[in-house]
Amino acid sequence: MTTVRVFGIGERKDRRSVRLSPAAVSYLQATPLTVILAAFLLVPILMILVVSFWDYDFAQMYPDFLTMNYTETLGSWVTWKIYLNTLKYALMVWALTLFIGFWVAYFLAFHIRTTAMQMVLFLVCTVPFLTSNIIRMISWIPVLGRNGLVNSLLIDAHVISEPVEWLLYSDFAVVLAMVHLYTLFMVTPIFNTLMRIDKSLVEAARDAGASSWQTLTNVILPLAKPGMAIGTIFVVTLVMADFSTVQVMSGGQSASVALMMKNQMSLLQYPAAAANAVVLLALVLLMVAGILRIVDIRKEL
Amino acid sequence: MSKATEIDIVSVSKIYGATTAVHAISLKIPAGTYCCLLGPSGCGKTSTLRMIAGHEAISSGDIRLGNTVVTDFPPARRGTAMMFQSYALFPHLDLVDNVAFSLKMKGIEKDERRAKAMDLLRLMQLEGYATRRPAQLSGGQQQRVALARALITDPEALLLDEPLSALDPFLKIRMRAELKKLQTSLGITFVHVTHSQEEAMALADLIVVMNDGRIEQAAHPRTVFEQPATAFVARFMGDHNVISGRVKEDRGGTLLLSVPAGGDFLAMDRGASRQAETADIAVRTDRVRIGPPAEKGLGFTGSVTNVEYRGSSVKLSVTGAGIEDFTAILTDHQFFANPVKVGEAIPLCWDVEDAVVLGRLTH
Repeated sequence: MTTVRVFGIGERKDRRSVRLSPAAVSYLQATPLTVILAAFLLVPILMILVVSFWDYDFAQMYPDFLTMNYTETLGSWVTWKIYLNTLKYALMVWALTLFIGFWVAYFLAFHIRTTAMQMVLFLVCTVPFLTSNIIRMISWIPVLGRNGLVNSLLIDAHVISEPVEWLLYSDFAVVLAMVHLYTLFMVTPIFNTLMRIDKSLVEAARDAGASSWQTLTNVILPLAKPGMAIGTIFVVTLVMADFSTVQVMSGGQSASVALMMKNQMSLLQYPAAAANAVVLLALVLLMVAGILRIVDIRKEL
Repeated sequence: MSKATEIDIVSVSKIYGATTAVHAISLKIPAGTYCCLLGPSGCGKTSTLRMIAGHEAISSGDIRLGNTVVTDFPPARRGTAMMFQSYALFPHLDLVDNVAFSLKMKGIEKDERRAKAMDLLRLMQLEGYATRRPAQLSGGQQQRVALARALITDPEALLLDEPLSALDPFLKIRMRAELKKLQTSLGITFVHVTHSQEEAMALADLIVVMNDGRIEQAAHPRTVFEQPATAFVARFMGDHNVISGRVKEDRGGTLLLSVPAGGDFLAMDRGASRQAETADIAVRTDRVRIGPPAEKGLGFTGSVTNVEYRGSSVKLSVTGAGIEDFTAILTDHQFFANPVKVGEAIPLCWDVEDAVVLGRLTH
């Protein structure tokens, strides 16, 4: 025995369904991310902004509206020196990571023929990043130290008679460690843009009589700009916000903005640290805006 | 600006690891010829073009342009220019800089090279778009930019790698006419790779049909069409029925072929059979008529398996006398005077000059 059902007949018509306008559906779909961003990004930034105007003493914060935290921060030559020092690190690390990152990405994208091998080598680049930042940084100490690997090698080879002092706990060590930590952030976006360059463009350039160097400067570099810009944003923001590398590798002899904030917080000077954070945020946003003005990265997103 | 040159390919091979893409081909392309390299994908036509251009190393053999052996020259020193399949326009440069690229590489002053580039853009009727980027152009316009960029070096030969494959059918036919016009006005040698026999027929002075890394036939389109050299050429060019069988009788000038478990067929032999045991013959589809053959071996009786109306002509598929899928193209006039239906048995016939004996490549 079979039951024949005809559509529209015998179906309950009173089933309740909620009809939403298309606009409401779109808003609903965007809600989860909006909530997450609001709770974990917008609200904390607003809190920092609010706190930066508060008053404080050695034990407590007092809600208020004072510009004292800003005038103190910006009025002190120590702050300016620390900002300059941080910018110096950012500039040096940026230049080095850009140089190294571009050539690594170039090698991977244009000199490795098979995609499988490209992926393998790229993964090899990322292997060190499976360990913690701190461990990778600290492992430089036995290498660079007074009686470390480099110094003992150089002494054994009779290149020097006294250990080189500036290898560790110096700007050199800070920059070296940062380059080590952040180069991959440059390699990845550049590799990504280079992989998208049509190989026939290189052939077309060769057909037009371009030497390898001319092809690089006239075709590959201009087309790699968006990747370089993204990598630059990563590296600059990371370096500007770094405090652990500066603290460990300079042995407390150099300071960065983030390190200054960390010290202020350990003294419970939260409003002062907040004011500093607002200034740093404004500075970094300005730098990012500057980069985006120079290079159009929309194609990459 | 025209100084056409002859291209001479002398037993050139291309070997990739264990596979041979091109088997020692030899070909002479006279100066000022429009030459089409035609064949299915993977037949070695693109490798051949890229070897002429210098983008692919030649495994053995030599290529001569005019009087110079260019085998070991880089692309820019050969006097050739290549137009790439996807056009390979530089996306970050506007049209003027794209066209002027090779002049910039030579270190020519900005004003001079831009003026020359504008001349070529004017030739291609693109001067209004000079400051646009390639992405803002249509496919046909991009192709004209690519042509302008290739021509700015005053090449002696222009090499085109499937230049029309990215265009829609209407544009394809229009650009085809433009290419031919350009070649005629410039007078330089064009070598054009394509897999479309229609395109090759429309453009070429010299069609080179390639298969499996070898040249099957290199001749004027009319020769290729009327006297296909091999069964492959006859099948690939279309418009021919290929019948294979055992040679029954060589009458000197005509050949009698016997199809296994089927009929006997007569064909003109211009020395292609070489006294072999077996042979292939080709019968022009548009010369087949409905009716009893005038002589034994110039027709057969089969049943109609398919009727396809094409407007001005009607295509019949007939099976019989040991032949599968024999095609006959009738004019609509002929067909509707005496229409046939699927399943009907009909006699087909043709004249002796419409059936030719095909050769076979000796490897």
